[in-house]
Amino acid sequence: MSAAGGAALPVPRDPALGARLALLAAVLVLLWPALEIAEFNPAKLADPRNLDIVGRFLGTFFPMALGADFLGLVARSALETLALATAGIALAILLAVPLAMAVSESLSVSRVGPARRAWFGPLVRTPVRGLLIFMRSIPEIVWALLFVRAVGLGPAAGVLAIAVNYAGMLGKVYFEIFEAGDTRPARAVLESGGGRANAFLYGVLPVALPELVSYSVYRWECAIRASVVMGFVGAGGLGQQMELSMRMLEGGEVSTMLAAFLLLVLLADAVSALLRKILV
Amino acid sequence: MKAGTFVWQPWAALGGFALAAAASFAYLGADFGALFGAESVRQMLQFGGGFFPPDMTPEFLRRTASGAAETLAISALGTLLAALAGALLALPAAGRWGRWLRLPARLLLNVLRSIPELVWATFMVLAAGLGPFAGCLALAVHTAGVLGRLFAETLENAPPEPARALREAGGGATLAFFYGTLPVVLPQFTSYALYRWEYNIRMAAVLGFVGAGGLGQMLYVALSVFKTHEAATLLFAMIAIVVVVDALSAWMRRFLGRSGT
Amino acid sequence: MKLSLHTLRLVLPGGNLALDGVSLEVGRAERVAVIGPSGAGKTSLLRVLGAALRPTGGAIEIDGSDPWTLSRDALRRLRSRVGMIHQAPPLPPRQRLVTAVLAGRLGHWSFWKGLASLVYPSDILGARETLARLDLAERLFDRCDRLSGGQLQRVGVARVLYQRPDLILADEPVSALDPQLADHAVGELNRESVARSVTLVASLHAVDLALKWFPRVVGLRDGVVAFDAPPVRVSDTMLRDLYAAESRVVPTQDNRPLELAEPGPRAAARGVQPLCR
Repeated sequence: MSAAGGAALPVPRDPALGARLALLAAVLVLLWPALEIAEFNPAKLADPRNLDIVGRFLGTFFPMALGADFLGLVARSALETLALATAGIALAILLAVPLAMAVSESLSVSRVGPARRAWFGPLVRTPVRGLLIFMRSIPEIVWALLFVRAVGLGPAAGVLAIAVNYAGMLGKVYFEIFEAGDTRPARAVLESGGGRANAFLYGVLPVALPELVSYSVYRWECAIRASVVMGFVGAGGLGQQMELSMRMLEGGEVSTMLAAFLLLVLLADAVSALLRKILV
Repeated sequence: MKAGTFVWQPWAALGGFALAAAASFAYLGADFGALFGAESVRQMLQFGGGFFPPDMTPEFLRRTASGAAETLAISALGTLLAALAGALLALPAAGRWGRWLRLPARLLLNVLRSIPELVWATFMVLAAGLGPFAGCLALAVHTAGVLGRLFAETLENAPPEPARALREAGGGATLAFFYGTLPVVLPQFTSYALYRWEYNIRMAAVLGFVGAGGLGQMLYVALSVFKTHEAATLLFAMIAIVVVVDALSAWMRRFLGRSGT
Repeated sequence: MKLSLHTLRLVLPGGNLALDGVSLEVGRAERVAVIGPSGAGKTSLLRVLGAALRPTGGAIEIDGSDPWTLSRDALRRLRSRVGMIHQAPPLPPRQRLVTAVLAGRLGHWSFWKGLASLVYPSDILGARETLARLDLAERLFDRCDRLSGGQLQRVGVARVLYQRPDLILADEPVSALDPQLADHAVGELNRESVARSVTLVASLHAVDLALKWFPRVVGLRDGVVAFDAPPVRVSDTMLRDLYAAESRVVPTQDNRPLELAEPGPRAAARGVQPLCR
């Protein structure tokens, strides 16, 4: 059996057993209440009332609603979504650029050398950073709901929601792009006495522009998707129409609009890819 | 970038975009003028002011906590179900069950993830009634599409040698998969699922807007009756559980990264 | 296990002619070393012998029957009796040694036993004993990605030893080991072969190991058998001709020039030390 001279050792236990049992216990302990809290009940799917509703909805899914009037409505809604996203992104960029500049240290006069208001910079930078985080932490659809309550139903709420939320995201990325680029041209301008605006235009912008535009185009594509979703809370566009049709269980209309949505997304995807290829 | 050459493309894109933006504003209608006018801005500021201070009464805080627990449960269960379903669908999508199942599986996954979660949620409310179960199903279905595709890519990139060696030693296909391929792909699967949970907690919070339970449903109701103080508390709660889930997810990824099979 | 190849041809998917008319007879419990320069076809030869690659032409018989005419189940049973040691061990990085070694018996276990063993290893003692033969017992619960290349090679050997096959096909199993460990590992394989009457066919990069341990040496070059003889009859000229494409340098495990004594009895011809247990 074992080689001469070796004591018979006990069978070693798998050291991973403890951790695995603990993991299993944790999962079970958390799973049960989670199922309760989430009111997990597959039987509800078989409830005759629900089945009836779903049946009515899905039953009308095909054929898709293709009447001329309705298609016109779909086209107008899709255009509205497109306009919504574009206008929203435009506002977001207008907001994001100055915010990013404020936070960007590459344009900090006080970092170059002694300046009159050296304490001003950090004082501004922190709250602006906080503002950007706030703007992008609240999901865009929450912004949409807030604006719908504030300015009423319709695309205006959507435009504002995208503007605020995406300004937060764009602001952060713009800032990172500014910082990542070569900061020497900007510093050169600042050192030779040029103001911050000049440092930005001649120092930072030329290098950063392709990347800025590329990311903004990608965000525009996201905005189109988001616009449709925001429509579900009343912010206009294709989403709002889809929600109406779903509530009325008009499956055919929903399937047409889903198709329109998918086409729109595909189109935006293609345009975005094309633009980014040209820019790189 | 070559020094001295003028790169016209970004400027052209910028110009084109400015045109598109102008056209968009025009299309959306003239009410934008009123929107940015003084009256409108004052109204919005008044609306915004109504959020302070947030409602901190014990009764409401208790309801908020319960809503937060609901949202947490929706996101966790939904992601878990999606991971299981996604893993199952990934097998045919990666071609492991034969050529003919590959395309239908990929098509199914694409359909599942192309339809936005909120649309799924609206549908699930019809199928399962109002409440968190609908939200859970909606997340599960949509995320299954997302994770399924990621899992399928991971499977396709996994080295075939370990499983092949086991089959050449007489092991069955399924056991060879479990011993040879699964140890390689499981860490990646778990990582994808945990990352997706971080996204899903944000989604779960808002699915309630269409009646799928949790903080979202409470927020929607509060805003509908203009109880802005309550809305403020709910918004804070949303941000809080996002922070918690992000931290939990990061911790779990680190913990699982250290273990082995 | 008896092996028989008759004018076997193998064309690889890329179009390469890997084996060009190889004829070989290996009897039960025989120990054969295969040597030759890289690209000679050693790996292909082993994979064909293990019924892992289907020959393009010629005939192959394992224990008297063509493996490629067997039913799927019979082929699977046959494969479970063949242990293949790969040059690059096919081990998942995060798998622990205990699981990797136990996987050797998957061909013999039922599905549920295999599944259960994933949750809790079913034969920790056996795995440890096997790893002890390769001097790796203390790494039993370590992950594979914490091991060096040489240690991983030894794990590959351990897995096949645990499998207890009737045929061991070793494809350069010690290429990453230092001379002492390599000698020990090759010795271990030979001892296993003698103790359990296992047929052993090993392709080796190091000619000194081949000549020392194996009673029969097959020289392979460009997909053709150059010679097939006991070490006594392998001359310096034969070796240098074999490695003509590699500047006629005969490789050894410690990279020192091969010392061929005058033709005479060698350790391998005298037989291997029986294993003391």
